[in-house]
Amino acid sequence: MGYVAIKGGGVAIKGAQDTLEYMRCAQGDTGSPLDMKTIEHQLRFLHGRVLSEGGLYHPELASLAVKQSLGDSLEAAFALRAYRSTKPRLLETPTLDTSNMRIVRRISAAFKDIIGGQTLGATTDYALRLMRTELLDESPEAFRQVAQQWFKDQGDNAIPDTFPKVVDSLRADGLLAEVDTAAQQQPFDITREPMIFPVPRSAALATMARGETGSLLAIAYSNMRGYGDVHPTVAELRVGYVPVMLPHPISGELIEAGEVLMTECEVVAMYESDDEDDKPTFSLGYGACFGHNEVKAIAMSILDRSLQKGMKDGPTNPSEDPEFVLLHVDGIDSMGFCTHYKMPHYVTFQSDMDRLRTTQEKAQQAEEQA
Amino acid sequence: MTAMRQAKAVYPFGFLDEYAKKEVRRTVLKAIAIPGYQVPYSSREMPMGRGFGTGGLQLTLSLIGSNDTLKVIDQGSDDSVNAVNLRSFIEMTCEGINTTDVTDEADLIQSRHRIPEKPLREDQLIILQVPYPDPLVVVEPSEDKRKVMHGEADYSRLLVKLYEDIVQFDEITISHRYPTRINHHYIIDPSPIPRWDVPKLHQSKALILLGAGREKKIYAVPPYTDAEPLAFDDVPFRVENFIDQHGKRRACDRCGDTTSFLDEFTSSDGNKVYQCSDSDWCREQLQKKGA
Repeated sequence: MGYVAIKGGGVAIKGAQDTLEYMRCAQGDTGSPLDMKTIEHQLRFLHGRVLSEGGLYHPELASLAVKQSLGDSLEAAFALRAYRSTKPRLLETPTLDTSNMRIVRRISAAFKDIIGGQTLGATTDYALRLMRTELLDESPEAFRQVAQQWFKDQGDNAIPDTFPKVVDSLRADGLLAEVDTAAQQQPFDITREPMIFPVPRSAALATMARGETGSLLAIAYSNMRGYGDVHPTVAELRVGYVPVMLPHPISGELIEAGEVLMTECEVVAMYESDDEDDKPTFSLGYGACFGHNEVKAIAMSILDRSLQKGMKDGPTNPSEDPEFVLLHVDGIDSMGFCTHYKMPHYVTFQSDMDRLRTTQEKAQQAEEQA
Repeated sequence: MTAMRQAKAVYPFGFLDEYAKKEVRRTVLKAIAIPGYQVPYSSREMPMGRGFGTGGLQLTLSLIGSNDTLKVIDQGSDDSVNAVNLRSFIEMTCEGINTTDVTDEADLIQSRHRIPEKPLREDQLIILQVPYPDPLVVVEPSEDKRKVMHGEADYSRLLVKLYEDIVQFDEITISHRYPTRINHHYIIDPSPIPRWDVPKLHQSKALILLGAGREKKIYAVPPYTDAEPLAFDDVPFRVENFIDQHGKRRACDRCGDTTSFLDEFTSSDGNKVYQCSDSDWCREQLQKKGA
């Protein structure tokens, strides 16, 4: 081992880490550390965001990431994503069938009645955003009571294993185009291949599936407001646990390796009729991500639809431009580059000053001569 | 640090998994074979921010072996916070490597914004961290279109930009990241090195690798390759000017050298002070003076 060169900078970094660690523990005697399950359950939506933006389904490490980043969703997703870089790819799953999702929530804005029924599930959609002051000083007893009561009141009525997809009934009625079998080829793997534009739709979907929620929302919202014209109807939004099937190492037979919590959204948009031969049909936008994150899934489905239009006819606004959307929605990339501006730029700034002074001198000379 | 000791147990040599390192090495070979061409690669996420040198870091981690001696610099200094951070991360994940501040002793140098003043040798390799790999980004936002322009060596809009500068300011205003033509075809963004360092790319004895992690590109200036900064016959390329108002070349306040790139700052008594940006160069000049 050679000698290690660390001077002032190293001390400063260590000091910064220690200060942050103190901040985490500043509650002192009255505090107790967050445990992983507490984060997974009581910070459920933050946890889901980190799973999805980190691009790695590892609930325990996602909790740890939330904990060590003091709840910063960008930082937490970043830690999870960086961990992912150290792991080789061992297997690929076949396409998972989300009709096998163990549903915890399922709604449609297109039809009052859907086969299998609507299940509102856990949502804040119709909640009044009033301050629940009773939680200010919640006792552990009251907290535990909730879960106990909940199971007591649940009936035994079994939930079906599968629910049919609303879009399938639209297809059966000829209102929506059949599944594009060409698109079912080997999907583009954004973690193993660089995106060289133009990219296939699967690359766009994969990029958005681990995109940053706020970034996707902002660009999708621009489309909703008028920089675009998707005008979506939510055919179906579902949240639940999708079984992950993997081939058995010896027999090759598909076995269930586990399940992942996912949110999936399918929006239907107004029809296209520019293909002369085909009869007009509605068009589909698809969004899906790990965790329970409905805003992300809906925003993604709108962008999927707008990007399909942009890929076909050329973009007429930012939300239809694949390069614009796909190169700017990754939270790890964008936050990293944003924070890098805090680093020293002495040399380039010296260079900037040199250019400015030279042009100032030239301007002055020109003025004096005039 | 305990965090590092614990991390060692979890993470492999060089942090990245072996497939990722292999991909980077293959990309490097292609980059050397096509001088100045930006080779796309998948680019893994590193445990430090995109923009903090993750492209350079992936190159270093994929190329370093336990018998290598590494130097890491940022703004010319081995001691700046980011250089320290990168170096300690590489030491943590690459057990057995040596590190040094001395340019002469290093066979692998990772740098941000500077190329050392001391001419590099054939047995040395320098890795530059790149925020914007494409010089055409100032004239064309779409990567798809830029790729075609590079392929056709169509740099007319870049030349127009330089021309417009001259019309407006009577001077080319590009201060750093100066567009440079490699091997008479591709124009590269040589990373945010000052114009001062651009001539060092030309016929360099050392291999120069450039890595852009966030933008997922690797490119190279192979040894003994022509590198020409973009200019006009009647408006030559000019490096930073360190001449004072009396027409005298400014000297480093510490070592007195008048041949290096200088950092300018204001001392506590309000005076302008100039010092070598390259801290190892400064140290060497001081040593020579003392001897």
